[in-house]
Amino acid sequence: MHETMVAQSLLAAISSEADRQNARPVGAKISCGTFDAINDEILCFAFEAVAKGTGCEGVKLEIEHKPIRCRCRDCDRNFDFELSSPICPECGSEKFELLPDAPLLLETIEFQTEQRNV
Amino acid sequence: MYKVDIGKKILIANEEYARKNSRFLAKRKKLCLNMISSPGSGKTTILIRTISELKDKIKIGVIEGDIQTDIDAERIRAATSAVVQINTNGSCHLSAAQVCGALENLPTDDLDLIFIENVGNLVCPSAFELGEAGKIVVLSVAEGDDKPAKYPSIFAKSKVLLINKIDMLGAGVQVDFDVEKVKADARRLNKDIEIFPVSAKTGEGMSSWYGWLTESVGNLRL
Repeated sequence: MHETMVAQSLLAAISSEADRQNARPVGAKISCGTFDAINDEILCFAFEAVAKGTGCEGVKLEIEHKPIRCRCRDCDRNFDFELSSPICPECGSEKFELLPDAPLLLETIEFQTEQRNV
Repeated sequence: MYKVDIGKKILIANEEYARKNSRFLAKRKKLCLNMISSPGSGKTTILIRTISELKDKIKIGVIEGDIQTDIDAERIRAATSAVVQINTNGSCHLSAAQVCGALENLPTDDLDLIFIENVGNLVCPSAFELGEAGKIVVLSVAEGDDKPAKYPSIFAKSKVLLINKIDMLGAGVQVDFDVEKVKADARRLNKDIEIFPVSAKTGEGMSSWYGWLTESVGNLRL
């Protein structure tokens, strides 16, 4: 349910860039880490609700989920953390540490070429 | 159509307030801990007992987060007058801006330690930094021993895990909870996490938790 606050922050960021570009935004790509616990359906629904009646109404979100990276303390390899099988895929060790989770980022915004005020 | 690269953090506004809170606390050398758990794990009972039993050593204040009511703030008030209630009116987590306002309403200069009791929820609060020095996750034995595996984020991010209501394990109550499994699962996610099995009701195990708190507050005073 914290997706609502994410949606509001996202709306502010897209609106501010749309003002700078003086163009109509149509899509935005965001990326998030596993621990951000973002549910795509809920975020899209929340964004649709907060964007209604603003210049960002109708903006389509594309959400990329990044895996948690780990470093094995036995063989020093980096790998993606799988909750279902939390072991190093190279050496089978259970001794590893989680690397910092990917941040919640607004990556790109797609705009219509025509200026919005024309 | 054309694309513009942004590459900016979405929760930047929250993070700016979190940094402001963190600076405010660091300047005054106050320890601030963000307590997170499911509803009903015993956060408020842990706080009341901790505040009362440490009152001669550490002055503790509380920022109390709830969706509605000031029931918890009233309970805390029996142990300390330094309590501020935040009602989120439906929101599932506290934001750094709310904590910023609450810090101004606490007698911060008279305190050593400020607990933020977050809204009862094991998922959302872990995504919002509040400017705290560390997170404390509480898991009560009645919730089951699969929680670190099912809700890894908060266990990965916390400094301390309090396993609460351990009095239920020996009371002839049928509770399927393997303390060692929880310890192993939590340490797999977070090798440095401190784990204290406690009962805030009977007081069992609380002295180790107090030891950690006293040491942490002492380190800040240096």
